[in-house]
Amino acid sequence: MGPIGAAAVGLDITWAVDWVRRSADSMAEHRIELITLDREIGDGDHGENMDRGFQAVLPKLDDLPAGSTPADVLKMVATTLISTVGGAAGPLYGTAYLKGSVAIAGEASIDASGVVSFLEASRDGIVARGKAESGDKTMVDAWTPAVDAARSAADGGASAAATLRAAADAAASGAVATEPLVARKGRASYLGERSAGHRDPGAQSTAYLLEAAAAAASNGTSA
Amino acid sequence: MADGDRIGIVVVSHSEKLAAGVIELAHQMAPNVRIEPAGGTDDGRIGTSFERVTTAIGAADAGAGVVVLCDLGSAILTAETAMDFLDDDVRQRVRIADAPLVEGTVAASVAAESGDPLEGVVRAAESAGGGGTADLADVPAESAGASDDGSSGEPISRRITLTNSDGLHARPAAELVKLASTFPQRVTVNGIDAKSLLAIMALGLVKGDEVEIATEDPAGAHAVEALAELAASGFGEH
Repeated sequence: MGPIGAAAVGLDITWAVDWVRRSADSMAEHRIELITLDREIGDGDHGENMDRGFQAVLPKLDDLPAGSTPADVLKMVATTLISTVGGAAGPLYGTAYLKGSVAIAGEASIDASGVVSFLEASRDGIVARGKAESGDKTMVDAWTPAVDAARSAADGGASAAATLRAAADAAASGAVATEPLVARKGRASYLGERSAGHRDPGAQSTAYLLEAAAAAASNGTSA
Repeated sequence: MADGDRIGIVVVSHSEKLAAGVIELAHQMAPNVRIEPAGGTDDGRIGTSFERVTTAIGAADAGAGVVVLCDLGSAILTAETAMDFLDDDVRQRVRIADAPLVEGTVAASVAAESGDPLEGVVRAAESAGGGGTADLADVPAESAGASDDGSSGEPISRRITLTNSDGLHARPAAELVKLASTFPQRVTVNGIDAKSLLAIMALGLVKGDEVEIATEDPAGAHAVEALAELAASGFGEH
């Protein structure tokens, strides 16, 4: 791939659709794992809810009007997740995708700083909705490291795809780092100290979703 | 009063049965209030549904406003998300009450039944769980509780026999509590705080029962008098 091709690489509608498909695949693949994590410290429905939500998103990808932007795709994901995911994850992820889509509204192609804006707005939406802070053992503990890593990657001149890769890796580490934490928000907080020693299912699903985003982006650049 | 003047209530629960049961309980005391369920997921499993909450708010809203009661944390998240998607003019008259589901729904429904405005219904719900502390918070600090010289004074009391058919249930109880709340002094009904709706209703006083309305605060004589007159009047049921 030549320099012209590299310069043209932003994250467009193809990436957005690919991200959603990969997200659906990932939620289906990790359904049992997320259920198991949630059963340990929650109500055990996270994997099933996320899988159902993304399965409901898939057919709607075929109905997107011509000229749709990544923001249009993500807004559709937001409203679908809000309607179909029964647990707290529906409003939380729905708000994340909704606020994130507003941050990149109207853009046909997203560059590295757009990725940072999207992630930051998503994270802020989750924090505003769930009122959780870093260290509360929630999905925020995956989102905030992802935002920070994306920002330093973008500041260092990374491509949009590399920025997402940095975010996904940081989210994965953040999810692992929730294991020793004592939950202070959500259903797991009822368990108090007994929640320590288990990974937070919402942080883990965040890591999978951002991994799907990064994989979709690197697929685009290598094509 | 016209239906459109009353505040509507929405009960958001993870369980369809729980929402229906709470509404059954509240309707017994507030038969004319629109109380709408938003229980369970779209396909009836345990969880909360954005669609059901949105639909219930629309059905409960007759134009005066809606107070939403929720059970567990994610029910609140769903309700807040549904509020974000409402039209601005509708959202202005919808409130999510920070209250326990059962007590809050009953107290809010009774307040709505007796025609309280939006903020009054919210206050009724939010004071339902905390033993009346929210009521006390509304009282100016200098007059809250018994005054220093009042605690050693003689109790002031009136004894009344209830003549209305409902006794101190639902609407009459709400009227009594509403009137008691207009006075800064602490007044009791058979020893129970007259500003606590659920505690008053829990007395289970019926027609023919004798009630003692009392205060230990010398400044509360007119409060006792006013409450006694309301009870003696039969709450307008004659």
